[in-house]
Amino acid sequence: MTMSLEEESRLLYGMLFSLKSFSNRISPLDVQEGVQCYTTNKYKMTLFETPTSLKFVCNTDVNAPGVNEMLQKLYTQVYVEYVIRNPECKPAEPITSELFKAKLDETVRMSPAFSSKAA
Amino acid sequence: MNRSVDPKKVNSELFTLTYGALVVQLLNDLESVEDVNKHLDRMGYNIGVRLVEDFIARSSADKCYDLRETADKLQAAFRMYLGISPSIANWAPAGDEFSLMIDTNPLTEFVELPDTCSNMRYSAILPGMVRGACEMVHLEVSFSVK
Repeated sequence: MTMSLEEESRLLYGMLFSLKSFSNRISPLDVQEGVQCYTTNKYKMTLFETPTSLKFVCNTDVNAPGVNEMLQKLYTQVYVEYVIRNPECKPAEPITSELFKAKLDETVRMSPAFSSKAA
Repeated sequence: MNRSVDPKKVNSELFTLTYGALVVQLLNDLESVEDVNKHLDRMGYNIGVRLVEDFIARSSADKCYDLRETADKLQAAFRMYLGISPSIANWAPAGDEFSLMIDTNPLTEFVELPDTCSNMRYSAILPGMVRGACEMVHLEVSFSVK
């Protein structure tokens, strides 16, 4: 089943929103971290959400380590540096900066989540 | 001249003079003091929207549970970006209002306002920034300078 990037992102957003509101409701205590990841037998999805409700989503292999740290690093070292500080990147528009894409690629490749293989 | 310069820090006098030049240019372009105030506020808002992400990234801040935590974070942010330490006072009885007291405002050093500009809120960029930053973390605020 192929769908356009926009449809996929809308589907993803809907799913994450439902997942978050569901976990908020059934949680007996005040929510601190919120939804972080879920695992199926095919893949693991990790979500990192900032206080500004910016969401970083990554689908990896079931055994991939350190995805949360990688997403945090992506936020502080790549997103803040190359998107926030870029006057050309307007909020709520898709990011078209090539430099951002290059840095993103580099950071992901260097992280342990990318290089480790399942035992 | 060899100076080890931290690329993220700027000489504070340069900053003050740059801001002053900005305000003067706005006055020349817009003529009306009210328009300049509004423009500064809007600029501050746009800056605040982006600045908050940088602040969160640098200080790994979490969501605040009440206004007192927000006040602390605001203090930390002023310290981080302007190098000043405002103090928090005048909490309203309902706990939903407070004052940030700034002793020496780095933006207004060397500045004198002529009588024609007595209505001008020279530091109007600061309330705009705080408003922009707070709105990005879903907190509606109104912030004014006295």
